[in-house]
Amino acid sequence: MLDLLKRPVYTFQEFVLLAIRSFRGLFRKPAYWGDTVIQMDLIGVGSLPVVGLTGFFSGAVMALQMARALQTYGATSQVGTIVAITMVREMGPVLTALMVAGRNSSGMASELGSMKVTEQIDAMRALGTDPVLKLVKPRLLATAIVLPLLTVLADFLGLVGGWVVACVMLQLTPGTQYWETAWRAIEYNDIAQGLLKPLCFAVVLSLVGCYYGMQTTGGTQGVGRSTTQAVVVASVWVVVLTFIIGRIFTKL
Amino acid sequence: MGAQGGTSVMRFEGVCLAFGEECVLDGITFEVSRGDTLVIQGAAASGKTLILKLALGLLRPTRGRIWLFGEDVSACGEQQWNDIRARIGMLFQEGGLFDSLTVEENVAYPLLNQKRTPLSEDEIRRRVQQSLDFVELGHTLDKFPSELSGGMRRRVGIARAIVTQPELLLYDSPTAGLDPITATTIMALIVKGRDASHATTVMVTHRHQDGELLDRYCWDAAAGRLVPAEPGSTRTRYMVLREGRIVFLGTPAEFDACQDPYVAKFSSR
Repeated sequence: MLDLLKRPVYTFQEFVLLAIRSFRGLFRKPAYWGDTVIQMDLIGVGSLPVVGLTGFFSGAVMALQMARALQTYGATSQVGTIVAITMVREMGPVLTALMVAGRNSSGMASELGSMKVTEQIDAMRALGTDPVLKLVKPRLLATAIVLPLLTVLADFLGLVGGWVVACVMLQLTPGTQYWETAWRAIEYNDIAQGLLKPLCFAVVLSLVGCYYGMQTTGGTQGVGRSTTQAVVVASVWVVVLTFIIGRIFTKL
Repeated sequence: MGAQGGTSVMRFEGVCLAFGEECVLDGITFEVSRGDTLVIQGAAASGKTLILKLALGLLRPTRGRIWLFGEDVSACGEQQWNDIRARIGMLFQEGGLFDSLTVEENVAYPLLNQKRTPLSEDEIRRRVQQSLDFVELGHTLDKFPSELSGGMRRRVGIARAIVTQPELLLYDSPTAGLDPITATTIMALIVKGRDASHATTVMVTHRHQDGELLDRYCWDAAAGRLVPAEPGSTRTRYMVLREGRIVFLGTPAEFDACQDPYVAKFSSR
């Protein structure tokens, strides 16, 4: 039993150590702003289409599925409320994070993993550069900056998707009423929750991707393994964290 | 940090390295003095590369002590290691070049990051060009490593290792996976690098010809080619590892005369 636990505990310990070194690195020089901007472009601009489409269609699906239930109770005017609350609280942050996990955590793990197996990370250390500052810090910072922005975009496009289905396709409610109810439904608590979540997810997505990349062993096969592990672990942590944060906010 | 003898560049004393339960290096003790050449041989997974990684501080010994340039570095932090690494040049097995940087940026990397003495942009460019000319790749500045052949990547790796004019040069299997002609070219460059700067050289290799070349030849700058060296003038020694232990350490004559069947596999007999 103890042997079975040894590996996950060791992995968690190494991950926490990397996280501590990365957070300490945020206050250490050199800053590598150039690398951070490149990563922001890769993660933020690169993810725009996939995050936009996911946000739009998840809002649309939400309106579509809720239409019948709301019609049963004669509450079709509330479709804006439902889409707004679900998108801002849960679906926007979670789906955006899952898309970024699939696209960028995997990318980080494979890029850093390839660097590890071709001795580029060793070479970096040998040439006087701390790989945590040069490789992990820019990815952490870039994800933390762009993920909340991507989430806001996904939330908005989700509302647009809901509007298209509810008002244009099914004509459940007038457009003005849809936006009015959506606007009124969102409280500061929802916005705080909707922005805190992507910030926490960003830390997990970037650090998990970097951690598995930097732990890669075993050549190209090892890179594939690290990439898969990074996506799986990051995605699982996203759904676990959303529950924990959601639970904390419902208590507030 | 405790100081050690004057001309000692690298000294290992009872160094052991273990990964979990597995001991991969055991009781490694040797010393390399300024201007010496040490050729490390051994079967695959015998721990040759690990010695170089320990000497660069990329791994920490489980037991034992390591002195570099007369200073005990066994307990150094990463920051102190960076100062020490600035005095060492390393060629990794596959070159270890950064894929995302051009050849020029790769070679300039140590000059920009190991800031012992800040250099102007013009001086950096001049040194990079000089270093790449040294390995006869002065025309590849704008290329990316992926556009170069294996031998060329290795030569760029040598240019990057020598660009800071380090006191100690470490080569990890510089000829592995190369055809014999390219391998000889690489070895000629290593001899040239050693003799041009009188740097202390430690090389890991599988091929006995590589050790012989380092031992028996030197670079004639006037003639621009390798010429036979006076016996013993290159101060070359051989070390043979077996399963993480040193089974032979001695001069080329002792190496050739060694009766141990394992060691004999690596000598020219």
